[in-house]
Amino acid sequence: MAVKLKQFLALGVVVLTTAALAWAGSEDQPKAKGAPQPVITKAIKGEQCVEPTEFMRRNHMDVLDGHRDKTVIEGIRTKKYSLKECINCHASEKTGSVAAVKDDFCISCHSYASVKIDCFECHSTKPKGSIAMHPLNAETAHLKHKLAANTRTSVSPEEMAGVAQ
Amino acid sequence: MSEMKQDSENAAVSPERRRFISAATATAAGLTIAPGVMLYEVAHGRPEEQAASSAVRWGMMVDATKCATGCDDCVTACSTENGWTPVAESKHPKQAPQWIRKLVLQDPLTQMETNLPMLCQHCAEPPCVDVCPTGASFKRADGLVLVNRHTCIGCRYCMMACPYKARSLVHESLNDTQKPDVPRGIGTVESCTFCVQKIDRGDGTTACVEACTASGHNALVFGDMNDPESEISKKLRELPTKQVRADLNLNLGVRYHGI
Repeated sequence: MAVKLKQFLALGVVVLTTAALAWAGSEDQPKAKGAPQPVITKAIKGEQCVEPTEFMRRNHMDVLDGHRDKTVIEGIRTKKYSLKECINCHASEKTGSVAAVKDDFCISCHSYASVKIDCFECHSTKPKGSIAMHPLNAETAHLKHKLAANTRTSVSPEEMAGVAQ
Repeated sequence: MSEMKQDSENAAVSPERRRFISAATATAAGLTIAPGVMLYEVAHGRPEEQAASSAVRWGMMVDATKCATGCDDCVTACSTENGWTPVAESKHPKQAPQWIRKLVLQDPLTQMETNLPMLCQHCAEPPCVDVCPTGASFKRADGLVLVNRHTCIGCRYCMMACPYKARSLVHESLNDTQKPDVPRGIGTVESCTFCVQKIDRGDGTTACVEACTASGHNALVFGDMNDPESEISKKLRELPTKQVRADLNLNLGVRYHGI
């Protein structure tokens, strides 16, 4: 009985392998792609990150975590491992931000890995006073409501009356 | 009695001699690198890798006699520097943050009005720190009372504990409108930081004080209260000042003259 079962299993394995190979080998079948790969754009500023790329990919969260406590509690504001400096170099040329759209530096990998970033609930995603052509860079972003109010102004009845006269 | 005697002795010192004394003290405190070039160990020039030191205590003196009616330059400057929306422009005025606000006090008997800005008093014994369940509300070595938003859970005990109504909660998402130097966000408590970003940069002053000076009112003086030679220490020695709710014995970092 056991021998028969073994034979059956072996046959099953052979059949499956052949089928898989045939499928993989066929040209007209589309290749399995999986999730879209993250887009990693080279930093605008600077030649080399504060640590090798491989180290930063795995450990950026730990170094940021250590640095944040030193900064907030002790007031040590060294540039190395500072989130602000990450943003200064890695903000996208298009959006001026590290996390405004899907392809921006931080979001790109984090959405691929499905890891939520909390940093930008509080921290600005934009460098200070940078990329001045953006009407809403980090220097003016808090005035957003004013810009919105300006765009919404409609012509008042008085003005309309004036025009009619 | 002995203090009075000392005062009269000081008064007898001629201006020239006083200048000489201060120059001599400066030489003693500073390290001469080259003729005419001095390296001072003062609060303002703290290198970025050096932690805030308890040798310094930042403080502010408000001269309510100079604080002008109808002027809110300090409030505007604070809002611009720190990126919070002023009450008048807020969609929810009752929830709007007020890191600093102008108060007008009126004596009911004489109708005399006093103007003054109210802000976090940066207590030496802060009640907000006492009540914080996570340790997020803390006092930095140089006397600044701050909120570590990384550990703040938004419970608002500190807002209840503060006798000065100085703190507020961010109720809604700020949608990336924060300043790069001033992180603040939904679900966390915030208050005046004495412009900690400016202090750490070495400016040695705050946005509200700069605005008050620029407007010519000079009602605000900021500086190191531990340094006897600082402008604020001199002012505090000269003028009678009060702490608001001095009965609470909190040893405030903000002192008022003329209230």
